[in-house]
Amino acid sequence: MPKDHGVGASSKRREDPRFLTGKGRYTDDINLPGQAYAAFRRSEVAAGTITRIDTSRAASMPGVIRIFTGEDFKEAGSLPCAWEVTSRDGSKQLEPRHPILAEGIIRHIGEAIAGVVAETEAQALDAAEAIEVEIEPVEAVLDMEKALSDGARPVHDSFDSNLCFDWGFIEDNKAAVDAAFESAHHVTTLELVNNRCVANPMEPRCALADYNKGTDEYTLYSTTQNPHVIRLMMGAFVLSIPENKLRVVAPDVGGAFGSKIYHYGEEAFVTRAAGTLGRPVKWTSTRSEAFLTDAQGRDHVTKIELALDPDGTFLAIRTDTLANMGAYLRLFSTVTPTYLHGPAAGGPYRTPLAYIRVRAVFTNTIPVDAYRGAGRPEGTYQLERVIDKAAYELGVNPAELRRKNFIRPEEFPYQTPLAVEYDSGNYHATLDKLMEISDYAGIEARRTEAEARGKLRGFGFATWVECSGLAPSQLIGQLGARAGLYESATVRVNPTGGIIVFTGSHSHGQGHETTFAQIVADQIGIDETLIEVAHGDTDKIPFGMGTYGSRSGAVGGAAILQATKKVIAKATRLAAYLMEASEADVSLSDGVFTVAGTNKSMDWTAVALAAYVPHNYPAKEMEPGLEESAFFDPENFVYPAGAYGCEVEVDPETGVTEVVGFWAADDFGVVINPMIVAGQQHGGVAQGIGQALREHTVYDGSGQLLSGSFMDYSIPRAADLPSFVVDHSCQTPCEHNPLGVKGCGEAGAIGSPPAVVNAVVDALRSGGHDQITHIDMPLTPQRVWQTLQTG
Amino acid sequence: MPEITISVNGHAVSSHVEPRTLLSKFVREIASQTGTHIGCDTSQCGACAVHVDGLLVKSCAMLAVEADGAEVTTVEGMSNADGSMSVLQEAFVEHHGLQCGFCTPGMIMSAASLLKEIPRPSEAEIREHLEGNLCRCTGYHNIVRAIMAASGQQVAPIAAE
Repeated sequence: MPKDHGVGASSKRREDPRFLTGKGRYTDDINLPGQAYAAFRRSEVAAGTITRIDTSRAASMPGVIRIFTGEDFKEAGSLPCAWEVTSRDGSKQLEPRHPILAEGIIRHIGEAIAGVVAETEAQALDAAEAIEVEIEPVEAVLDMEKALSDGARPVHDSFDSNLCFDWGFIEDNKAAVDAAFESAHHVTTLELVNNRCVANPMEPRCALADYNKGTDEYTLYSTTQNPHVIRLMMGAFVLSIPENKLRVVAPDVGGAFGSKIYHYGEEAFVTRAAGTLGRPVKWTSTRSEAFLTDAQGRDHVTKIELALDPDGTFLAIRTDTLANMGAYLRLFSTVTPTYLHGPAAGGPYRTPLAYIRVRAVFTNTIPVDAYRGAGRPEGTYQLERVIDKAAYELGVNPAELRRKNFIRPEEFPYQTPLAVEYDSGNYHATLDKLMEISDYAGIEARRTEAEARGKLRGFGFATWVECSGLAPSQLIGQLGARAGLYESATVRVNPTGGIIVFTGSHSHGQGHETTFAQIVADQIGIDETLIEVAHGDTDKIPFGMGTYGSRSGAVGGAAILQATKKVIAKATRLAAYLMEASEADVSLSDGVFTVAGTNKSMDWTAVALAAYVPHNYPAKEMEPGLEESAFFDPENFVYPAGAYGCEVEVDPETGVTEVVGFWAADDFGVVINPMIVAGQQHGGVAQGIGQALREHTVYDGSGQLLSGSFMDYSIPRAADLPSFVVDHSCQTPCEHNPLGVKGCGEAGAIGSPPAVVNAVVDALRSGGHDQITHIDMPLTPQRVWQTLQTG
Repeated sequence: MPEITISVNGHAVSSHVEPRTLLSKFVREIASQTGTHIGCDTSQCGACAVHVDGLLVKSCAMLAVEADGAEVTTVEGMSNADGSMSVLQEAFVEHHGLQCGFCTPGMIMSAASLLKEIPRPSEAEIREHLEGNLCRCTGYHNIVRAIMAASGQQVAPIAAE
C-alpha cells in the first residue's frame, strides 16, 4: 500500500497553491523603489570588428540615465569557466576572456555591445536601438570540421587554432581498444549528429540589482539555479565584490534545465550599474534575447564504433566527437562533453574496453553548455543508436542484444572501463518491466494493423545508465574541477518544535519544499506541515552549490538527512537528561522520545522548548538551542538507470511521425515522492521527444540565428505528445548515500531521444526500407520523407 | 498619453499609458497582478493568458488601450469567493499539474475557458485546446489529467507503484 507520509509518500506539493493563485514571486515580479531598467544593444552579425560606437544621440533620449560599453567593464574579470580539461598531449584547454560587453570584437550573434540604463524599460529599449554601431564583418567560423582545418581563422585571435582541447578518455587504454577493433569479428560504425537545443525554461532570465550606499552592500535577485555559485563567481572573479558584501537571491524560478546555472554578463552588468548609479537596475530577457544569450545545449558530431563477437558480445567501443563550444566557455562547458559525456558512453553494458575522444571547437555561435542531462544524453544517444544498427547487421532482436550484454545484478559494484564504478543496479529488471508495461509482445500485431491504414509502425528501445548526483569533490578535483560539489544543510528547530530546513539546493520546479520536508518528517516522526524549507538566498543559507546534475536528492537531501540526524542526537541527549535516563535507552519514534523499559516519555515539542529554555539542565555541559548543520560530500556518483520504449507511427506519404506510446521503466533507487518523480520522468521524456523530433537550432551561412523564437524553434505542444506510462518500481538503493536515492531529474531527457529515433528507423525498415539505418535528429517530416525517397 | 480604465479582477484601475503598452504589462505593472507571466514575445507561449470580457486572450497580443472599459480576469481572480482554490486549481494540486509554476496561470485561464465551452472534454480535445499554452516542465501529461479530473472524469493513478 502506498505510504501516506514521509519518504515514499506522494505528498501534495506545498508550492502549488501560491503558483495556482498568482502568488508566486519570480524575479521579474520584484520591483524596488527608484528602480531603473537595463536594455542591451546586441550584435546583428556573428563575427567582426566594431569600428564605431556612437552613443551620443541615444544618451540624449528621454529617460536615459547612462550608457555603458565594453570600455566601462575593462577592469572586470572574465565570465568564468569552472573546469579545466587537459588535452591528450598534457596541455590545458584554451580559455579565452569572456567579456561582459564586447571589447572591440564580435564573436557571436547577439553578443552584447552596449547596455543602456533608463527610467523605463521602453526608454531603455528605444535608446539601445538608437546607439550607432558599425561593425566590419568577417566570415563567420561555423562548421566544426572547417574550424579545425588548416588556415581557418581563429575565433579568438589570441590563439592560433579553434581547438579548445583534444581529450582522450582513457588515453592509456587507447592501444588496447585499437587492438580489439583490429581483431574483432564484426565492427558496426555510425556517424551521427546530436542536434543543438535551447533549454527554453518558460521563465526568461531576469536580474535585478540593488546597492546600499550606507553599508556598501549589493543584493542581486536573479533567475539562477545556484545563488551561492553566482555570488562566488561574480563576486570573486568578475566584479571583485567581497562575498560578505554581496547577497544573491534566487526566488521562485520558472524552470531552468541547466540554462540558469551559469554566471551571465547581464547579472554582472546590473550589479555594477546599480553600484555606479546608486539605483536598483533591472533587466528582463525577452524570449528573443533568451535564444541569443542563454547557453545552448548538445551540438556534437560523432563517429562511434562498436566491436562485437560473432555471438553479439560487445568487445569494445570507440568514439570520435567534435563538440561545439560556441564562441566562449561558460561555466560547465568543458566538463559537459568530457567527464559528463565519456562515462555515459559505457551504458549498462559489460563492454570491457572503451575509448572516447572529444575535440572541443570554438565557432562563431552562441556558447554551448549543459542542458538537461549534460553530456549523458549525447553519450547515451550514440551508444543506443549504434547498438540498434549492430542488431540490424547481426539480424538479432535489439532488446535481446542489449540484455545479453547487460552487467549482471551479481556483478555490482562494477568497475567500468570509463573510470567510474557503478555501485548498484538491475538492468534486467528494468528491461523486463518495460517489456511488461509496453506490451512489446504485441508489436507485430499492432504493426500489421497500422500497415492496413497505410502507416508504418515501429518500436524503439533505449537502455541507459547515467552518472549523476554531482559529485565526489576529491575525484572531480583530480579531473580538473575548480570547485567542490558537496551540499550543505542546516536544520533549525524552533522553540515550539517547528523546523526550518536551510538547503543549498535550489528548487526551480522540482518541489524541494515538499520532498525535503518529507525527509525530515520521516526521521522525527512529526507532521510534514511543521517543516519549512528555505532555499535560494545567500543571506539565509550558509552555503550551497545549487541544483543541477540530478544532485539535489542524492547530495542535498543527504546533507539534510545528516543535519537532521545531528539534531536528533542532540535532542535525544537532552531528552535523556530530562527524563533521567541513559541516552542509550532513549529512542525517538512518531515524534515522541521514550525510555526503554519505562513508561517515561517526552514529545518532540517539549524537548525542543527545553532546548531553548535551559532551566533544568546544565548549559555548561549541553549548549542551549537545537540547530545543526552538515556538509555532505558524496563518495561516488549515483547511477540511475532505465529501460525506455517508444512506439511510433510514420506516415510514408508525408513523413510525419506520431509518438503513439512511450514507456519508461526507471531505477532511481529509493523514491522520496513517487508523484514528483513521475512528473520529472514526464518532463524529461517530453524534452527528449522534442529533441528527437522537433527541436533544432539553425544558423545560416553567416552565423545568423534562424531559429530565434517559438515560431521557428519547435518545443513540443500538448497535442504533439502522448500520455506517458512511467514506472519506478525497480529500486536498487544507492549503496553510498544515506537515503539510497539515485536522482531522477535528467533521466527522461537522457533515455528518450535514442528510443524515439530507434522507433522511427524500425518503422521505416519494417516498411521495406531495409537500407535505412539512421536519420539525424530532429526527425522532422521533411527529413523522414526525404530519407524514404533516397534511402 | 491616453487615460484608460480597466476592471481587473473587479477593481477599476485607471492610468495614463503609452499607446504601445501591452495589456500584459498593464496587468503586471499598473494593476500589480504579477500572476500573469510573460514567457515570450511572439504570442506563442500563453503564460500571459487572461480573460477579457469572458473571452480567453493572450494579454501580450492586445494593447492596453484596446481593453479600455473591459472586464479583465487574471489568475488572481480565479479562486472561489471565499479565497479557497477552485475545483480546477485543486485538481492541478491533486494531479501534479505544475512544476515550476510559470506557465501555470496561463494553463488555468486556458483550461477554465475550455471547460466553459466543453464541460467534459476528451483527452484529444484538451490537448488540441492547449495548443496556445507551452509548458516545458510537465510534458503536459499531468496538466491534461488535472483538467479531465476537474471536469469530473476519472483519471488513472499517476505512476505504477
